[in-house]
Amino acid sequence: MFSEASNFVKGVDDSLVVILGISIFFLVGITAVMIYFVIRYSRKRNPIATNIEHNSKLEILWTVIPTILVVVMFYYGWAGFTPMRNVPKDAMVVKAHGQMWAWSFEYENGSYSENLIVPLNKPVKLELSSKDVLHSLYIPAYRIKEDVVPGKANYMWFIPQKEGSYDILCAEYCGERHSYMLSKLEVYSQDKYDDWYANELGVSRDHPGLALLKQNACISCHSTDGSAIIGPTFKGLWERTEIVMTDGVEREITVDRDYIRKSLNEPNADITKGFNPGLMISYATTVSDEDMDQIIEYLKTLK
Amino acid sequence: MSESLSTDLNFFQVKKGIISWLFSLDHKRIGLMYLYAIISFFLVGVTLGLLMRLELIAPGETIMKAKTYNQTFTLHGVIMIFLFIIPSIPAIFGNFFLPIMLGTDDVALPKLNLLSWWLYVIGALFALSTLVFGDGPADTGWTFYAPYSVQTNTNVTMSVMAAFILGFSSILTGLNFIVTIHRLRAPGMGWFQMPLFAWSLYATSWIQLLATPIIGITLLMIVAERAFGVGLFDPAIGGDPILYQHLFWIYSHPAVYIMALPAMGIISEIIPTFAKRSIFGYKAIAYSSMAIAFVGYFVWGHHMFTSGMSGSARIIFSVLTFMVAIPTAIKVFNWVATMYKGSIDLQPPMLYAMAFIFQFMIGGLTGLVLAALAADIHLHDTYFVVGHFHYVMFGGTGFAMFGGMHYWFPKIWGRMYNIKIAKFAFALLVLGFNMLYFPMLILGLMGMPRRYYDYLPQFTDLNVLSTVGSWILAIGLITMLVNLINGMRKGAPAGRNPWGSISLEWQTKSPPPLENFDKQPELNEGGPYNYKN
Repeated sequence: MFSEASNFVKGVDDSLVVILGISIFFLVGITAVMIYFVIRYSRKRNPIATNIEHNSKLEILWTVIPTILVVVMFYYGWAGFTPMRNVPKDAMVVKAHGQMWAWSFEYENGSYSENLIVPLNKPVKLELSSKDVLHSLYIPAYRIKEDVVPGKANYMWFIPQKEGSYDILCAEYCGERHSYMLSKLEVYSQDKYDDWYANELGVSRDHPGLALLKQNACISCHSTDGSAIIGPTFKGLWERTEIVMTDGVEREITVDRDYIRKSLNEPNADITKGFNPGLMISYATTVSDEDMDQIIEYLKTLK
Repeated sequence: MSESLSTDLNFFQVKKGIISWLFSLDHKRIGLMYLYAIISFFLVGVTLGLLMRLELIAPGETIMKAKTYNQTFTLHGVIMIFLFIIPSIPAIFGNFFLPIMLGTDDVALPKLNLLSWWLYVIGALFALSTLVFGDGPADTGWTFYAPYSVQTNTNVTMSVMAAFILGFSSILTGLNFIVTIHRLRAPGMGWFQMPLFAWSLYATSWIQLLATPIIGITLLMIVAERAFGVGLFDPAIGGDPILYQHLFWIYSHPAVYIMALPAMGIISEIIPTFAKRSIFGYKAIAYSSMAIAFVGYFVWGHHMFTSGMSGSARIIFSVLTFMVAIPTAIKVFNWVATMYKGSIDLQPPMLYAMAFIFQFMIGGLTGLVLAALAADIHLHDTYFVVGHFHYVMFGGTGFAMFGGMHYWFPKIWGRMYNIKIAKFAFALLVLGFNMLYFPMLILGLMGMPRRYYDYLPQFTDLNVLSTVGSWILAIGLITMLVNLINGMRKGAPAGRNPWGSISLEWQTKSPPPLENFDKQPELNEGGPYNYKN
């Protein structure tokens, strides 16, 4: 019964099969008729044309038939779509955060995961939120997507019907690393999920500072290995001397606690020379001073 | 039309020199200036497209960085939409042939017509200036979606201003054509004695006039937000990004019909000519143009099926979108019925018309897939959409424009191109086009999102196929253009009516005299597709 990956695959695929089927029938049919006419009524075979101005019966027929067909197509589209908007009351809620250029999933106990991990056969509701620009959470195998809009509480839901690992992609263009804003959907059996939820969720083998950098998508722009992605690398950043642009004037600073706090609060105030302003949001409220101290401890290890 | 001007000189010969062109009020010269400018920008757009395809031949970095790729597809979109496809057929062939088809000597407002051309050039310079000035061309996509377009440091302001100025060029052309059609039809030419190309331009012009101001204001709002921090679209400063999408598509969906309707008009001219018979269902085609233009205003929401609109809004927009399919289907049936019992001469323009019907059908039918809510949720913002709109815009409008070029070529220049080479170029174009864009439909069904600089390994094979298609298409384009340029310069004299066409514009000399007809043309009582040939 559950041969499809999610509960929406059938509705979407049915609408695709019906519409593509009708479409291919008409495409092939009309093209064949057109080619037949070109051969049958070529100037050689038919030197004198016959004028036919119109034919009311035929014209009514080819208005009515497409009208009926589009109503059928609409029906399938509507039938497959409506359940996507009706979330069961008992659905498990996960908050999906999109941010340039990473996904993070916040569970009911307040812990975060980079991948979306869900139990088999249980309705899951994703509450979508964006911290910066538009994104769109797309799970091709499940045939669903919904835009993640800053300032707007969009949602989507599904029932996973097969264990396995599926791609999560960003489908709404969101800037330079749009095509790298990827994640995984992992469907576990209920037992495995319960075990993961109790013992692994939020437990990180990473340095607590690194875990915070991942959770806040810092490392999608600031590398830890010395390469420049979008912003300056974290490697060797602590106590490094940098030239920054402040209000269009160059000045030299040393990366210390005050500078990092200021850069988190007002990312565009001091821009390291060679990099672009405007791309980082403020973390004034999301990264507390205690979090920042853990991050600094981690930065000290990146020599 | 005064007797003194009816000399033997054609419109090329009356005056010489670059100034006589740049400030000409003759609709034919303005049409040709549009042709040269538009084809030049088209080639820039094609080059950018080829670079994008080359980057996508393999996963990972191939020839450019991610940011460059994003700027490339944005500039490709801006150029192809605002500098090529929106002005293309109306500004070139509309300008050149509308007055001739109406049996008159010029458009109603020739100075405004020249102003439109200059606005086009200025807008184009703005768009291209982003390559040189500021922090590089915009990297937002041609849709300029907020809030990214408000936040990125690339030169969005300049790109947006370009679109704003080009909008005015489009509005003024639309206004000009509406007045011309209302006021300057030859004495005795009623609405239903107009050629169908004129009908399609009439429908198009109303969209240009009524819808374009909305995008103008919307783009100014982006500038206001970027320059003065007015919170209109960016929620971080109190705006609403969904409002932007509504305003953008209220213009940009009707704009799709600005691109498609004139193309349908060309097909309605080519098929009767080469089938040597009057068009089947004249009134149905004329009315369906108006119906498409009207219903087309109310379907913009289908660009936003995944934006978080309410379920009922999505359902209403889905129903309305499906309704556009009906008048479109009627046109296709009429064109095919016009071939029935015709006497068909398979010349290059007719081949282009047939390719148009085939490719436009694929574009239209994939549009039905996207109009269905469930299917769209899966396919929205994937390569299926990219394939779909290239089938409509390029496979449809682009091919119709090429068809128009091959059809009216002998009328414009009085010479003929090499027919064999034209057919060979056509074959390359059809092969290359379908090889380039059909794989995109499949990639979309497989779930590859659009605007992806890099992709997952399962998408590789079809991307390679698509890129190889782009090369064949490029060779086809070069062959076609070289053949036409050679024909223009040293083709054999074509005479007044080389195709044996049965419509009014072929009744005058090739190239036409300055005032189009030596004497007031006599209208045919048997309708627009019954002139002697």
